[in-house]
Amino acid sequence: MTRPHRMSYEDIAVTVPFTVPYERFSIRGAHWFVGRALDGLIREAGLPKQSIEGLVVSSFTLAPDTAVGVTQHLGLSPRWLDHVPTGGASGLMALRRAARAVQSGDADIVACIGADTNHVDSFRQSLGSFSQFARDATYPYGSGGPNSIFAFITAHYMQAYGATREDFGKLCIAQRENARRNENALLRKPLTMAEYLGARPIADPLRLFDCVMPCAGAEAFLVMTVQRARELHLPHATLLGAIERHNAYADDPIFVRGGWAVDAAELYAQAGLQATDIDFVQLYDDYPVIVTIQFEDLGFCAKGEGPAFVRSNSMTHDGSFPTNTSGGQLSAGQAGAAGGFLGINEAVRQLTGAAGSRAVSNARVGLVSGFGMVTYDRCLCTGAAILAAASA
Amino acid sequence: MDASTTMTDDTRTRADASTGAAALGAVLAALASGRIEVVDLTQTLSPEFPQIALPPEMGQCQPFRIEEVSRYDERGPGWYWNNFSCGEHTGTHFDAPIHWISGRHLPNNATDTIPPADFVAPAVVLDCSREAAADADFLLTVDFIERWESTHGRIPPRAWVLMRTDWSKRTDPVDYQNYDETGQHTPGPDTAAVRFLVEERDAIGFGTEAIGTDAGQAVHLRPPYPCHTFMHGAGRYGLQCLANLDRLPPTGALVFAAPLKIRQGSGSPLRVLAMVPR
Amino acid sequence: MTEPLARPPRKNPVLRTPLPTLPPGGRSRVGLGLTAAAAVGRFMLQHCRDCGAVQYPPREACHACLSVRLRWRDTDCGGELLSDTRLHHSNDLFFRERLPWRLGLVRLDAGCSVVAHLHGDVGPAPARVRLRLCLDRAGQAVMMALPPQDTPDMNDDPQLREMTCDPKFRKVLVTDGKSMVGQAMVRALASAGADLIWVGHAEPWKRMPGAEGLSALPQVAWVPLDVTDSRSVEELAGEIGGKVDIVVNTAELHRTHGISGRRGVDTARAEMDVNYLGLLRLAQAFGPALRGRAADGVPSAVAWVNLLSIYALTSFPAHGTYSASKAAAHSLAQCLRAEVRPAGVRVVNVYPGPVDDEWNQLLPPPKVAPAALAAAVVKALREGTEDVYPGDVAQEWFERWRDDPKALEREVSAGG
Repeated sequence: MTRPHRMSYEDIAVTVPFTVPYERFSIRGAHWFVGRALDGLIREAGLPKQSIEGLVVSSFTLAPDTAVGVTQHLGLSPRWLDHVPTGGASGLMALRRAARAVQSGDADIVACIGADTNHVDSFRQSLGSFSQFARDATYPYGSGGPNSIFAFITAHYMQAYGATREDFGKLCIAQRENARRNENALLRKPLTMAEYLGARPIADPLRLFDCVMPCAGAEAFLVMTVQRARELHLPHATLLGAIERHNAYADDPIFVRGGWAVDAAELYAQAGLQATDIDFVQLYDDYPVIVTIQFEDLGFCAKGEGPAFVRSNSMTHDGSFPTNTSGGQLSAGQAGAAGGFLGINEAVRQLTGAAGSRAVSNARVGLVSGFGMVTYDRCLCTGAAILAAASA
Repeated sequence: MDASTTMTDDTRTRADASTGAAALGAVLAALASGRIEVVDLTQTLSPEFPQIALPPEMGQCQPFRIEEVSRYDERGPGWYWNNFSCGEHTGTHFDAPIHWISGRHLPNNATDTIPPADFVAPAVVLDCSREAAADADFLLTVDFIERWESTHGRIPPRAWVLMRTDWSKRTDPVDYQNYDETGQHTPGPDTAAVRFLVEERDAIGFGTEAIGTDAGQAVHLRPPYPCHTFMHGAGRYGLQCLANLDRLPPTGALVFAAPLKIRQGSGSPLRVLAMVPR
Repeated sequence: MTEPLARPPRKNPVLRTPLPTLPPGGRSRVGLGLTAAAAVGRFMLQHCRDCGAVQYPPREACHACLSVRLRWRDTDCGGELLSDTRLHHSNDLFFRERLPWRLGLVRLDAGCSVVAHLHGDVGPAPARVRLRLCLDRAGQAVMMALPPQDTPDMNDDPQLREMTCDPKFRKVLVTDGKSMVGQAMVRALASAGADLIWVGHAEPWKRMPGAEGLSALPQVAWVPLDVTDSRSVEELAGEIGGKVDIVVNTAELHRTHGISGRRGVDTARAEMDVNYLGLLRLAQAFGPALRGRAADGVPSAVAWVNLLSIYALTSFPAHGTYSASKAAAHSLAQCLRAEVRPAGVRVVNVYPGPVDDEWNQLLPPPKVAPAALAAAVVKALREGTEDVYPGDVAQEWFERWRDDPKALEREVSAGG
């Protein structure tokens, strides 16, 4: 399909991947984690706070504040501000917006922060008013969250394409293996297939290790020009392409493909690459079935061949198809909206040689995806980006 | 005091205040010493007490109902009181002449205009309890009255004629009302008996233990409801739902029966008391 | 196959009674359109008047063409179960207490995907299902996927039973069992499997034909009850209130007067005292115990049925004071619903047209036979609906009233 000319993302640098360590529960408010993230960004960048003149924030627990309240709370006076309340897709969407702001000159340096606290009742409190459709047509049915929806999707996918629980188990086990080399991950004990298969049932066929563990924490990065990153001596990744698509395939009776499939060709065209050129992927992993579907929708295999793809690859950092090399949310934990930024930060670390013992060897190009906002029976927001190591 | 003596105007003018005072004093002394007993002839007012029911197309006399206002609680911390409602003819009650169409034009015919002296009167008690036990539709006749008089003497003028049937001992409301498919079956006077008591004996009123002064099937007498028709038509009164008539002597009791002073009232529930010499 | 409900054992009196919990009850205004449909037992969705697209979840504008001309209409309830799950975990107290709980994702033939509670006789996916809009324990509409045809003991499914007020194995109070309607009600409840039916009667000296026959039913226990007498109501509540699962208020006084056809307010007052204040007395006396027992096992307190009248919605002038008393009762019944719904008790309001009894003798047919009225009440309890319009007259008047109450007012006063 021919498209009108879209501006490239050249000259954009993604840098200073910063993680506020995850905690299972915290008495702090979300602003604390936003503040720690901002502090981490400016320290590691060696920048004064005032130089942050663009800010984009994503958080579930910042209410009643948005990014607006953060400016006053933390003493910022940005000339570009955005609030992207789209959960698991917010990192990709923040990146795209920040990149255009920098390219247009609307802001020199943009801080992108995904942060959330987690109290004992945070999860339950956020559910009741998540969306109008959820309130009317999902929440009353008792799942109290997306588990039942993804149980439907998982069961249907298994029946339609022959995926087995062992396939999903293999993904989870590989990610857990990756997490062992991530000090920030909350779950680092090796996972066996027997443990995975025999874990506490949540909503058939999902069991405990199919679900992320909510926690408190933050992930943040800076977006600036490549030139500026070099001036500041900041290791950085470049942005070769980025897409987003919302409420795609609305007529599909049940979710089997996501918005990435609509624009994946466009993504590779922007980057001038093919799927086979990708060295690693950081795919949004709220549930293993979604990782599997993204293998298909992002062009790594055909629709329905996800199970075969999983069986014939190894997803550990040193395997044939490194996936979620930090352990992903399934092993690191989901710090609310930070889950949408976790993949970008891991990609930047891999591409700047900062991934330590879980480094993917010769990692030059990586793909990151985002996925979020179950407002009724499926996630509505999708996004993806291709990042590259900076040329010397 | 001899119940057959009346205080004529002449007597009254001859009696001076000290004689009246002495008489009252003697009564009080007798009450205190128990030589005169106060007997309560009244049923307790409660929602359970049967209420006369007319055919459904007609207006109904309301049964007794009581609603608590407060009982030492948040509605009134230091006190207990109720609001109650009922018809004029609920429970033990008094019928004034204005209650019946035959008495509607008589002077002083309502509860607020009846001369109060009429509320104090001697009483005779006609024991029909055996007859009523055998036949719920028993009718008091002239013959029965004359036989009673042959034992107890002539019924004095301006006296209450009370028909004892022991009907008040029927504590089950179903037995008290005594309905079947043809209506109610309770004892009362026949037409001739009522006319006799009014015209020949100058009775001040007729009283019964059942729910009406007329018999339960009195609609079928001629005229219908003769006790109401002739008593009230002659400016006399009625008492119904009386109790404890078995504790009264055939003659000699003094009855106090004063209805509430309701403006143009046709009757009212009341406390009927008898002073009985012992 | 659904396990038929077993007679529950006697309650252990030393254990604390579990308190009622409710599923989430918040709904948007458009979402309440589903509740309105469930209340009367209809399956309705929004249809776009401009392009015909069916909408779910409910919304303000057509998802296909943006038109705001969306109308609620009866919709084909058939669908395909695409996927199903069994919940083993929930943060919600109501569901947590009832795990595991089955849910399904259904593709309606009408074209939307629906999350639904799943009846035990359905599935696994793929399977054909029939959807029903049910009022859940919070009194709000939810989708329930049932087998395409009724199955044996279908109503005994534990998940479906949470939506309904089935009289089976429950104890019921019928406030007036002597009237023709009351007698029919007692018989219908006995046939529906009620364990015990307290049959209220006032004025014991008045015998109504047929009433004595009820004593032959083993479930029947006659109890004195006069709804105009506060103490009578309180005493009965004190005696049996803690065991009543369903109250069916049949007590009514019906006279056939308007305003100028009869002088005096005594009959109007009597109608109010029975039809309106009677309900108030009963609700004050029996309400508290009912509210505490909505989660008391299989024989839980579950419903309060009020026999109102379609004349509650619009005055039938020939029976004007009766209509007014029923209108007052209707309003109070709504108040009662608001007070007991948070406790998981359903108030079922019944609005028949003229019943085929002595007070409606002069009205032409169609009239509702007492047995038909009783059957409609039992059906409402079994299906968990809360607003019932039994009989042709009630159905038609209700439609006319919803369409335009002013037009109905004129039609009725013209003798229509």
